[in-house]
Amino acid sequence: MAHHDHTLDSHDAHAHGEGMGVKRIWQVFGILLAITAVEFLVALGFVHHWNIVEKGAALYAFYIVLTLIKAYYIVAFFMHLKFEKKSFIISCSVVFIFIIYFIVLMLIEGGYLLDHFQQHPVYPNK
Amino acid sequence: MDSLSKLDEVKTTRWAGGREPWSIEYGKIMMWFFLVSDAFTFSSFLIYYGAQKFAQPTWIDADKIFQSIPGIADHGQPLVFVGIMTFILIMSSVTMVLAVEAGHRNAKKEVVKWMVWTILGGIAFVGCQALEWTHLHHLGFWFGQNPATGLTDPAAISAALQPYFTNDISYTAALQFSNLFFTITGFHGFHVTVGIILNIIILCMVLNNTFEKRGSYLMIEKVGLYWHFVDLVWVFVFTFFYLI
Repeated sequence: MAHHDHTLDSHDAHAHGEGMGVKRIWQVFGILLAITAVEFLVALGFVHHWNIVEKGAALYAFYIVLTLIKAYYIVAFFMHLKFEKKSFIISCSVVFIFIIYFIVLMLIEGGYLLDHFQQHPVYPNK
Repeated sequence: MDSLSKLDEVKTTRWAGGREPWSIEYGKIMMWFFLVSDAFTFSSFLIYYGAQKFAQPTWIDADKIFQSIPGIADHGQPLVFVGIMTFILIMSSVTMVLAVEAGHRNAKKEVVKWMVWTILGGIAFVGCQALEWTHLHHLGFWFGQNPATGLTDPAAISAALQPYFTNDISYTAALQFSNLFFTITGFHGFHVTVGIILNIIILCMVLNNTFEKRGSYLMIEKVGLYWHFVDLVWVFVFTFFYLI
């Protein structure tokens, strides 16, 4: 039995070795670093120092898209999910539909509270 | 007779039993399922942060509250320190995946080297977070507390909070920001700390030749999954607290 497990593991290891070599790891690192650098360029440069870009929904959407791309690279390559069986990928990812629903739900709720239950003092910023 | 013997036949298709449909070891599947549930917890925290932002007429300006580099600049440098922290965590994720890769080749010495770098990265990150927390605590932010806590005069409250707002000033918004910042980064820091401890345990097992005897370094992969997850969460915390 122990011997059987051993062969199974080494086969598994072989399959993974094909997915993520050292070169691939540094490639993914480069992508993550580049995306983070873009975020900093925009946030520090365009928004904070040069005032080219205004803070607002479009900028936030841009940040969130970059964040999701980074998340994809971490989960798919660093966590190897891309190289697992398709049914396993679906098992681990399909439940996040509920999270999307929860986001929509709570943000709508937040907006409603702002319009209908606002009773804390707000002071003007001179 | 024929139909009965068909019932006894062992099926060989993927989902008919008798074989592993995912070809993944049990512990690794369970680590994945744990991480999915943990992702739900972090999502709930961050979604609540978003809901609060939507529910408040004004919010703290991240550029104004996070603008110090401990030991170098007290203010005027937004994003620099958190940039260093982000880089440290991504780097330690890379060294972790390199340890996993070395484990696949059963190269013990390399596994040890990359595990040590990963642990050092984790400690550096938690250290940075401790500095960040200390700085905010000095400013007057803490669980259930902001710089205007204890003041009753509206002018005094407004003056105490003015440095952190670009738009209108709200005591409640500052308080909610403070609570959620310490809760969420605290929960994340707790995860990093647990990850460091797990990594140290696994490093000891590597040095003890446990995996050498077992014939597989799969355990590195499982702990690696947890470590990458911690990095993943930080990517989101960074975006929602520091960028937006």
